[in-house]
Amino acid sequence: MNNTIQYAVDNDGIALLTIDLPGKSMNVLTPELMEDLETTTSKAAADDAVKGIVITSGKKAFIAGADIKDMVTAYDRGLSHKEAAEFSFGLNKTLRQIETCGKPVAIAINGLALGGGLEVCLAGHYRVLANDTGAVLGFPEVNIGLLPGAGGTQRTPRLIGFRNAATMILQCRNQRPEQALEMGLVHELAPVAEVVEKARQWVLEKGDPEQPWDKKGFKIPGGGLMHPGTAQTFMVGNALVAKNTKHNYPAPISAQSAMFEGCATSFDDGLKIESQYFGLLLAGPVARNMMRSLFVNKGKADKLARRPEGIEKSKVKKLGILGAGMMGAGIAFVSAKAGIEVVLLDTSQENADKGKAYSEGLLKKAIDRGRSTPEKAAVLLNLITPTTSYHDLQGCDLVIEAVFENQDLKAKVTALTEAVVPESCVFASNTSTLPITGLAKASQRPEQFIGLHFFSPVDKMPLVEIILGEKTNDEAIARSLDYIQQIRKTPIVVNDSRGFYTSRVFSTFTAEGIMMLAEGVKPALIENAAKMAGMPVGPLAVTDEVTLELAHKIGKETAAALGQTYPADPSQEAIQAMVEKLDRKGKRFGKGFYAYPEGATKHLWPGLGEHFPVSAEQPDIDELKKRLMNIQALETVRCVEEGVVTHAEDGDIGSIFGWGFPPYTGGTLSYIDTMGIRNFVAECDRMAEAYGGRFQASEWLRNRAEGNLPFYD
Amino acid sequence: MTEAFIYDHVRSPRGRGKQGGSLNPITPMDLTTQVLQGLRDRNQLDTSILDDVILGCVAPVGEQGANIARVAVINADYAESVPGKQINRFCASALEAVNAAASQVMSGQSQAAIGGGVECMSRVPMGSDGGAMAIDPQTAYNTYFVPQGIGADLIATLNGFTREDADAYAVASQQRAAHAWENGYFSKSILPITDHVGEVVLDHDETVRGDASMESLAGLKPAFAMMGDQAGFDDVAIQKYPEVEAIDHVHTAGNSSGIVDGAAAVLIGSAEAGEKMGLKPRARIRSFASIGSEPTIMLTGPAPASLKALKLAGMDKSDIDLWELNEAFASVVLLYMKLLDIPHDKINVNGGAIAMGHPLGATGAMVLGTLVDEMERRDLETGLVTLCIGAGMGTATIIERV
Repeated sequence: MNNTIQYAVDNDGIALLTIDLPGKSMNVLTPELMEDLETTTSKAAADDAVKGIVITSGKKAFIAGADIKDMVTAYDRGLSHKEAAEFSFGLNKTLRQIETCGKPVAIAINGLALGGGLEVCLAGHYRVLANDTGAVLGFPEVNIGLLPGAGGTQRTPRLIGFRNAATMILQCRNQRPEQALEMGLVHELAPVAEVVEKARQWVLEKGDPEQPWDKKGFKIPGGGLMHPGTAQTFMVGNALVAKNTKHNYPAPISAQSAMFEGCATSFDDGLKIESQYFGLLLAGPVARNMMRSLFVNKGKADKLARRPEGIEKSKVKKLGILGAGMMGAGIAFVSAKAGIEVVLLDTSQENADKGKAYSEGLLKKAIDRGRSTPEKAAVLLNLITPTTSYHDLQGCDLVIEAVFENQDLKAKVTALTEAVVPESCVFASNTSTLPITGLAKASQRPEQFIGLHFFSPVDKMPLVEIILGEKTNDEAIARSLDYIQQIRKTPIVVNDSRGFYTSRVFSTFTAEGIMMLAEGVKPALIENAAKMAGMPVGPLAVTDEVTLELAHKIGKETAAALGQTYPADPSQEAIQAMVEKLDRKGKRFGKGFYAYPEGATKHLWPGLGEHFPVSAEQPDIDELKKRLMNIQALETVRCVEEGVVTHAEDGDIGSIFGWGFPPYTGGTLSYIDTMGIRNFVAECDRMAEAYGGRFQASEWLRNRAEGNLPFYD
Repeated sequence: MTEAFIYDHVRSPRGRGKQGGSLNPITPMDLTTQVLQGLRDRNQLDTSILDDVILGCVAPVGEQGANIARVAVINADYAESVPGKQINRFCASALEAVNAAASQVMSGQSQAAIGGGVECMSRVPMGSDGGAMAIDPQTAYNTYFVPQGIGADLIATLNGFTREDADAYAVASQQRAAHAWENGYFSKSILPITDHVGEVVLDHDETVRGDASMESLAGLKPAFAMMGDQAGFDDVAIQKYPEVEAIDHVHTAGNSSGIVDGAAAVLIGSAEAGEKMGLKPRARIRSFASIGSEPTIMLTGPAPASLKALKLAGMDKSDIDLWELNEAFASVVLLYMKLLDIPHDKINVNGGAIAMGHPLGATGAMVLGTLVDEMERRDLETGLVTLCIGAGMGTATIIERV
């Protein structure tokens, strides 16, 4: 016994198993807990005085999921497919033992049960769920590259049918108590204080110790695999998986296959099939990448892993925002949502009001969708004060400027602000490209000057890139991180450079796509290559979104600032031609690489072929995919080499949450580690030869490859 | 090598493939039985000469299941020594059955055999047999499965065939079929189907609409747009054909083959068997071939299958006087004409499945019979018949008159 379960038998002969992991705020499914589950249920089963078993949790949640601590290292440990399958089958054996122990087992689900926690519940013969909005049931496994590997893919369809099971397992949609009851996932809802008693009553009064699937004549609800409706469900489901994953994520189709193959066989063989598919996933690189970046490292970032030590925890009470445009308005919304008092300043009251109206719009939508109430909305709006007066910034703990990307203007507002705010105030710039050290020169307190780069739309994008100027001190870093935690965003911390990390790397993706266009690659092939590589949007489409005009402007300014010529390469030439010659400046202007016909879906502008003639011989799609991915990874490496990115975690998280680098890779640096740094350098060499010097690997990278040093140890 | 000859062909009319369709009350067994009996009776055939009856069927489940060929042989009162087998080459099943019968004759292992097929789509709906291709997750995912209609629309997209092109082809098919019916071009092969008391329930192809026009077809909705968009199939197809930005859904119920009920049978035999049967051969089978092609687009097999059959026959495409390609979808025929440079007045001259329907397991024998009849009527020497096939295949047969 590992003391994860309290065991008690009452006068009625009910063995109550209370799961309560010592020293943890939440129960998670650990090897120790599994062992104790097996021991305690066996003990109850063998005890003649015990009529039945009730399992509940001693914490607020039932079980929050499996502990992935050991799973995330599986790939790097070189765990074989077979060994990984055995790991899952061990869990399956234990839960199967519980449901066939011969005594009725009821689960009193007093709070949320996710992943492995829900799988424990499904192994009981009866489930009472707390009628509490927080008590949701769900399978998040597919989101981190795995599948429910403790019977979830077998019990769920046998319990609620294929369609509902797919919604839960493939789409990872959590079910609220009333939904769970309706679809048959649980048998009964009860107030949280009564779940154990209801479970006891069932054991005493009904107490059927056999699962439906172990009864003779069992049929899958909604029809088994021979049912025409089921065939339809799978036919469409398979295509949707292919559509959504672009064949980059093995988990959804594996889960789908485990359900399909396992439900046409005996329950025990079904569990084996599930474990085999789980083994393939756990021992593969995608699950490692997704667990490590999306779960472990994102979790660490959210807990402010990069926060300097020894600085008192802070909280922003009053925030000033300079510039009530799209970004300023968005920052105001997310900050007010976190309960922060916001002063939203612009040059005219009209503009400032418009910035506040943005929050009103978002809140109206939220109310319409039942996600907020007029009362809550009013409280939030009350926190935002639109103004034109710098005096209103008095008492701000933090001021974020989000004015136009113009160095002089930024210098001016910095000075005006510092004249009124307290000396302790941190001043942040939301610039997406201008070096922070340069902007900080306008500040009287450059050590309190920092970059906070938000992404658009601010209310949806989870990342904030913190940029440190040369003089930025630890306190400014700590307080900025505290603020980002306050507004529930995920921070990365990088050092100063033009475009910092995210903008700089992302621009290589769009440039590479436009370069392909200039080379004569068919535009649709470019866009599809990006999407099939897993990027959310093609390079031409996204350039249209941010506008070609802006890309043109940044290109010119960067060249001027660095004393270079513009246009410097065929991609810049193409942008220049689009803006200056063809007057196609982007989506906002109604025309760009795409045409935007009214009332119809956009499509690639047919005239592109005239200005960028399509070659007779088109490259292989896989080569295009590699180009688009490698150039981003290589630019990230340069950021590491130059010290812009100091932690691999920041590089990976920034790439996934900042610009949508595909999560299956784990991020730009995990992408390289996954293919092997030597292979990556060999690919860069080949591409430098074929496409130009931008693919050239530096000496630093070569040395790293020589030593076969991955970005993660 | 023994030569294989076509001695006769009989087919049922094609009935609208849903409840209310004239053949819907007739069971697949009854329909097949009537066709086998019709072929026997009009040739006064002593069926004991037959070494096999091979029938195609694409959804061989339920009342079409369990080897309908052998059971129909028994039910039709053929000699009990005649075996039967059901085969499935999807849409080319019945042509494949004829080719298989011919193979047995050519190899000397059979003297005479029947090839044909049956599909009562109103009673055993398409897809009733399930299949790993679409529903098994690993298979569908790894092979980029999309339904045929998406493949047909993809062919149109890749080749620039517009909705107007497809509709114009469909109008011609309807007009040709109506004209052929008016002038009795099909009468040699049609066997009216009767009910239990001997009343004729259908003596003509039920879905022909000679009055179809560009205007009437223009009103029809794209049949595969919603499936392509909401079920994700367009995206799957584009992953296989990434040069395509979006699939142009040109096919409708009006320019795709109709869902119908029908059965057909072709009598094949050696010269010697012909003499024994006292029958004159109508055509010789010169060559036949089946090929596999890219499975996602699925429907581009006819051209390579035809070229393979031509090569086997030592012929050139210019040696073919008349062509038949099953009108599964307009784009399939438009592509075939483009690739082999065949003028429209030499192919599907009496219309096809767009007008008369496509009873999956039977069509191959029907188009072959149509070709034989029309070659005789026009007094032409050579003909090639071919079909596109699910999962990316093509089957073609070359015949010449004797």
